[in-house]
Amino acid sequence: MNTLVTALIVVVGVPAAVCGYIIATEWVIRGFASTTKTKLRPWLWVLPAFLFLGVFLIYPTIRTFINSLFDRTGEFVGLQNYADLFGSGGFWQVLANNALWLVFFTGVVVVLGLVIAVLADRVRYESLAKAVIFIPMAISFVAAGVIWSFMYNINPDIGTLNAGLTAVGLEPQAWIQEWPRNTFMLIVVGIWMWVGFAMVILSAGLKGISTELLEAARMDGATELQVFFRIILPLLAPTIAVVATTVVITALKTFDIIYVMTGGLFNTSVIGFEFYREQFTNRDPGAAAAVAIILLLAIVPIMLINIRRFQAQEAIR
Amino acid sequence: MSKFRLMAPFMVLMLVLAACGNGDDPGNGGDGDGDLTGETVSVVVVWGGAELESFQAMVAPWEEETGATVEIESTRDIDAVLQTRVEGGTPPDIAGLPGPGVMAQFARDGALQELPQSVKDVLAEQYDAGWEVAGTVDDQLVGVFIKTALKGLIWYNPAQFEAAGYSVPEDWDGMTALVDQMAADGTTPWGIGLESGAATGWPGTDWVEDFVLRQSGPDVYDAWVAGEQAWSSPEIRAAFEAFTLWASDEEYVDGGPSTVLGTNFGNGGDCMFDDPPGCYLHHQASFMGGEGGFFETNFPDVAVSGETYDFFVMPGIDFDGVTSAGDLFGMFNDTPAAQSLMAYLVTAEAQQIWVERGGALSANKDVSPDAYPDETGSRSAEALTGAETVRFDASDLMPAEMGAAFLEAIVDAVQNPGDLDSILADLDAVQQSAYGQ
Repeated sequence: MNTLVTALIVVVGVPAAVCGYIIATEWVIRGFASTTKTKLRPWLWVLPAFLFLGVFLIYPTIRTFINSLFDRTGEFVGLQNYADLFGSGGFWQVLANNALWLVFFTGVVVVLGLVIAVLADRVRYESLAKAVIFIPMAISFVAAGVIWSFMYNINPDIGTLNAGLTAVGLEPQAWIQEWPRNTFMLIVVGIWMWVGFAMVILSAGLKGISTELLEAARMDGATELQVFFRIILPLLAPTIAVVATTVVITALKTFDIIYVMTGGLFNTSVIGFEFYREQFTNRDPGAAAAVAIILLLAIVPIMLINIRRFQAQEAIR
Repeated sequence: MSKFRLMAPFMVLMLVLAACGNGDDPGNGGDGDGDLTGETVSVVVVWGGAELESFQAMVAPWEEETGATVEIESTRDIDAVLQTRVEGGTPPDIAGLPGPGVMAQFARDGALQELPQSVKDVLAEQYDAGWEVAGTVDDQLVGVFIKTALKGLIWYNPAQFEAAGYSVPEDWDGMTALVDQMAADGTTPWGIGLESGAATGWPGTDWVEDFVLRQSGPDVYDAWVAGEQAWSSPEIRAAFEAFTLWASDEEYVDGGPSTVLGTNFGNGGDCMFDDPPGCYLHHQASFMGGEGGFFETNFPDVAVSGETYDFFVMPGIDFDGVTSAGDLFGMFNDTPAAQSLMAYLVTAEAQQIWVERGGALSANKDVSPDAYPDETGSRSAEALTGAETVRFDASDLMPAEMGAAFLEAIVDAVQNPGDLDSILADLDAVQQSAYGQ
């Protein structure tokens, strides 16, 4: 019954509220001259968005920073939480893992996604090939973690990889126990899930490049490699940037795979998991907030680069 | 008027958000103990599968009798769920607690409510005093044990034992002699599985706890739990060494350390059922045996209690004693219905329901040993109630941060037993910060 009411409110109430708001803004500005109206209207329309941003994004960010300055007894300790983190060997290990994720997860996802998009573009069974590669994207990270835990299981009767090894007479391997191999094995899981995403977006970008342009280049004697590197790649650059940004942020936020597959043990922890551990296992909200702020600071430059790019593109248009 | 119109959309959205949230506020308006019809009690538990079904069977008679409803929510991530809900002001009425250490933290934060006299009465009448003590924080009873398990059992396969000419050891010297004999005969004596997702390593903490209690006695054990015994002290070090002597040596453990760390705890004893056996011994709590236990689930055609699997309690070394564990329940909202349910759950009547379904021991003295469906249950219940020294699982008693570091230390020690010095030094450092909050 409760769910029904909720559904009704969402389906009927939300559009009604939006319409109501627009009507309300018109009513508020009814007294002004029409030129002033035109200037006021956009501000009134973005006002709710700003309010939501303020309540759900800006306030929590500031609050998190303030929290990061207190220890778990609620005493103000300045930047001590940050000093503690960077002073422990464990956190450098975490940062090293994040760096591996950043470089290899992003690199492989983007390159492989691009290669598959370009190659799939040329075959008749394109949609089938793309569907197969995209399917893992529909699986949750947690489910993927469970699936790959079985794949990597040390018992050859359970672990697919070790079954393969023993079939050719090799010793079974403990895939996720030794660093840095374990981090790479976990990155493989991420890649398996995210290549499909990169491929779909890049493939769509590829379809947007006019065939006349490519035909003209070929007529003028360009080789296929030249067509790819001199025409396709530069035209696809904005799309690649968007994909890369998304994947980079995903890499920095990695949590689920680690949580499900190793629980951060065997030196596989990453920033996203460390945050959880400080908050819920160690019950140290100050340290957890400090980890969150570090993660935020790591993501901000990437966001800025992305916004710059976006503005540059808008300027060209 | 215009202000209201501006606000209206937000109010609608707030309503939506509120509706998405917790719709079932705990019924505070109880009118005395008498009539609970229509009331609901929300309960968060960690159990799934057969355990969840057993709990549901346990609460069903209470629901019938009172007309109230129990809303059970199951999560594997109880730590995060409870903390988030407590901090958000929407705790469940009753919840399973990860362990006494976390229970104490919740109690000191003021989140856990003191249990009513009705619960205390049942405890006083039907339980040994130790159980009430274990659930008490700062003189307030805040936790009760819904079910318990006996730890430190050594499982073996009688059929394989007979075929190889081995017999159950009488004492600890006999135990080590038997283990060495097995290794000399060319079979790894132990099967060990430490993998358990985010809690990987916990069966290793049980090993170390059993060694601390039996090598150094209950006083050292209690001091260690209380954070007053350094991890690098000779007593704790000896326990780690005794564990890794077997768990990190591929002559003593099936598959060697990487198999130990990569094998799920539920499959740790599987090698006892191989032909020829991959191992002869497995150290694990009472839940391995019986109907619904791991042995009979993994080998439904082969595993038969008393024939192909059986257990003896790990012998004492310099001291005698057994370790136990249990699932704690605490109350976060003091409602009449929650009080009534808590008081019901600890009674022999309720306890017996789970006991009969197998897989659990009850600390309630009035639950008859005949209620256990199998020999595993009745014999471990006897061993638990008959032991002079019983100590609760140390890693559960320690603060959560200490317990988590203990797990990591087990994993490290199995991988690199030579690094014990630095592993124990790290634990000492955590001990400094985790206690005294």
